[in-house]
Amino acid sequence: MSTDYLILGARLLGEEPADLVLRDGVIASLGADTAHPRDGVELVTVDADGLLALPGLVDLHTHLREPGREDTETVLTGSRAAAAGGFTAVHAMANTTPVADTAGVVEQVHRLGIDAGYVDVRPVGAVSVGLEGTRLAELGAMASSAAGVRVFSDDGHCVDDPVLMRRALEYVKSFDGVIAQHAQEPRLTVGAQMHEGVVSAELGLAGWPAVAEESIIARDILLAEHVGSRLHVCHLSTAGSVDIVRWAKARGIDVTAEVTPHHLLLTDEQARSYDPRYKVNPPLRTAEDVEAVRAGLADGTIDVVATDHAPHAAEDKDCEWPAGAFGMTGLETALPVVQATMVETGRLTWADVARVLSTTPARIGRVSGQGRPVAVGEPANLTLVDPAARRRVEPAAQVTRSRNTPFAGTELPGRVVATFLRGRATVYDGAPVAHEEVNA
Amino acid sequence: MAGMPTREVLTASDISRSLTRIAHEILERNHGSERVTVLGIPTRGVPLARRIGERLAHTEGGAEIPVGSLDVTMYRDDLRGQPTRTLQRTDLPEPGIDDRIVVLVDDVLYSGRTIRAALDALGDLGRPAAVQLAVLVDRGHRELPIRADFVGKNLPTAATERVDVHLTEIDDVPDAVTISGGEAH
Amino acid sequence: MRHLLSTAELTRDEAVRILDTAEAMAATQGRSIKKLPTLRGRTVVNLFFEDSTRTRISFEAAAKRLSADVLNFSAKGSSVSKGESLKDTALTLQAMGIDAVVIRHHDSGAPHRLAHSGWIDVPVLNAGDGTHQHPTQALLDAFTLRRHLSADGETPAPEDTALDGASVVIVGDVLHSRVARSNVSLLHTLGARVTVVAPPTLLPVGIEPWPCEVRYDLDEALAEAVPDAVMMLRVQRERMTSAGGFFPSPHEYHRRYGLDGERLARLPERCVVMHPGPMNRGLEISAEAADSPRSTIVEQVGNGVAVRMAALYLLLAGEEGIA
Repeated sequence: MSTDYLILGARLLGEEPADLVLRDGVIASLGADTAHPRDGVELVTVDADGLLALPGLVDLHTHLREPGREDTETVLTGSRAAAAGGFTAVHAMANTTPVADTAGVVEQVHRLGIDAGYVDVRPVGAVSVGLEGTRLAELGAMASSAAGVRVFSDDGHCVDDPVLMRRALEYVKSFDGVIAQHAQEPRLTVGAQMHEGVVSAELGLAGWPAVAEESIIARDILLAEHVGSRLHVCHLSTAGSVDIVRWAKARGIDVTAEVTPHHLLLTDEQARSYDPRYKVNPPLRTAEDVEAVRAGLADGTIDVVATDHAPHAAEDKDCEWPAGAFGMTGLETALPVVQATMVETGRLTWADVARVLSTTPARIGRVSGQGRPVAVGEPANLTLVDPAARRRVEPAAQVTRSRNTPFAGTELPGRVVATFLRGRATVYDGAPVAHEEVNA
Repeated sequence: MAGMPTREVLTASDISRSLTRIAHEILERNHGSERVTVLGIPTRGVPLARRIGERLAHTEGGAEIPVGSLDVTMYRDDLRGQPTRTLQRTDLPEPGIDDRIVVLVDDVLYSGRTIRAALDALGDLGRPAAVQLAVLVDRGHRELPIRADFVGKNLPTAATERVDVHLTEIDDVPDAVTISGGEAH
Repeated sequence: MRHLLSTAELTRDEAVRILDTAEAMAATQGRSIKKLPTLRGRTVVNLFFEDSTRTRISFEAAAKRLSADVLNFSAKGSSVSKGESLKDTALTLQAMGIDAVVIRHHDSGAPHRLAHSGWIDVPVLNAGDGTHQHPTQALLDAFTLRRHLSADGETPAPEDTALDGASVVIVGDVLHSRVARSNVSLLHTLGARVTVVAPPTLLPVGIEPWPCEVRYDLDEALAEAVPDAVMMLRVQRERMTSAGGFFPSPHEYHRRYGLDGERLARLPERCVVMHPGPMNRGLEISAEAADSPRSTIVEQVGNGVAVRMAALYLLLAGEEGIA
């Protein structure tokens, strides 16, 4: 039996309260009118007084770890965590085992996403075979597969060979794809452990210079201009990178950029604990860099916030820093961190949040039916958020299978109360809906 | 438990007379000062040893009396469970302690554990002909079979009482021995 | 002080107290019976993930002279080389009821993790971690220098003194040197003026806040600093070729940054030559400098035992470490 939802008094994008009816997968009506029960259809009324309604969030950068590391996350657990964070679509990165560099693997991930049913799982295809940076993967085959891949990335590795990068940028034009580059000059970061600066000098941890990121971004921007392709910059993290992207946009180059929640909040000072929970690629940078990426996000230089959700096993974090794995979980804390760093500081409105966490990432990923306006006739992909809630992050209480959140013990604002994927609740009353119901 | 007020049990002149008497007893016992080396146990044993040494020298007509210090901290058996003790100086005067009559000097003899540690420390440093013990105050409550050869004053005390020795060299106040604390009568 | 992880964590009073305690320990080491009963019944583990026979033996001698039982746990041939994690090793040691861990590790921060991750609840003594810190080396250097500032290097230094006004020049591979990091902060804490000299490739980016002057030219630095001590850091020959090459050739390094006979002759008369060992003769130091009467290299080794005894005493003898 299907369900209609009558949502009462939600503030659309943080503005005036309105009532919404979700029916047959779309927003059936909007405004003060009330829904009338239909035969054979349950009508659930949601009191959304004080809650925000945002379009379902879209993540351009998620590691779901399946296939290969199902001990840390699966498509099911990761997409459920995504729903709990207010997402209705995620892009699953290609660095799985086996690598998502063939139509077969991306179709498998795509299928697992459908089976899970919590969010639209959009596989990202590898740029190069095996992420090895030497030969192009079959990008066209992945694009025309059932997964319909549009975003290609060797994330975790940089496509550092300039010729291969040029070819990739050119090649994906034929199916409107985009190369999402993990910008990291490998020779400048051999053995690197953390941002290179005052803190690394003191801690004796091998430094990761900002220029290793910036030089690749600059090169790629010039390549994209030269061949007339679009480029997406993953997890930009330095003030210099913001400047370079700002310059490129002023020049009219088709480049987009993302920043992660953790780079909006945390700095390299965290490394003083030598706790690998703070070890991430690209590394946490300085307070000046944090300010620069916030400013870049506020002025539109940075287009989107993407989580780079990277679950890891406990043993890969409960160890010495250099032995630890790079990466942090982020799906369930992304919106709270954006609220804390950007909304509560007055730098973004909730409409801007909808833009950077939904509309623009959906556009960059060419995800149809996501990131749409909250309007009658649009797909009913929505998240309801209580912005007044404040919660201390408890790793064990998170939905993701892994515990490596850098925000453990931190109090963050906002709480996702409900998420709807095409009119069906994936999260309700603050908790994920059971898989059998979501997938019914 | 109501604390008793602090009372002075030895005055400066009492202390001075006691040390003079101890010096004389040392000479009498050892038939002179010829083989005597005086070692004070830090902290307050050290100035007491020096004062006894001066009295010995004076009585012996200006003879050189070797005086030094012996820190026993590293030989204590009660280091655990307490804040770490700062090590003090061990200063063995020429001609060392082999075949000497070593007179150990401490301010208060109580459980005897400090002296036990001092005997162990001496054993690692050489082989004296004899070891004797001089204390300004013996307050009883021994936990080991140890007794003093020379005692300035026997002071029966309760375990709850506190005996404090004040010496000008260390404490910058006039010499005195006081008792405080303990049960009210 | 519950652990000894970094000289940057030491206050001046704590550092002076360690040096004074080391003098008391050194005084016992001239005797025929060197062993003290102080740590009888306590067990110290030498947990060495990186080969260093010198440092391990020095710690072992220090612990044994305080009558502690010593367990040597070296990575080679143990479960560690079979992939056991530091955490599991720590849990094993904890279960065995040990009283302190001396750890040497190739990873910067490993001792810090061991001390602060809740894997173990005994004092942790850092015997060198990656390119981070080697606090007992810096303490023994300060101990050696303090003796030379007050007298001839053999006479105990006066109690409660620091290194105020001393000028120390540290030369060499600062980037990869835990000895340099430990010394810069400790020498500064003790009141010395520190100059570090190295080719720019061997200085860390982000050195600016360090409490020292940074120079590229050794001759200028020696002329201006008028040093009381020159500390030569070990330079590994592999640095010539690794990661793009930090310097072009051993010959060029020696010419520009080595302590040769000519530079030795120009040092002020009181200036001593220090080196943490092991030396690369002909690279950072010439045989002439290494073997000169100004060299404290052998003294440093001897003082190392006294300093490590002091550290073990202060961390282990009382219940709460230094009061």
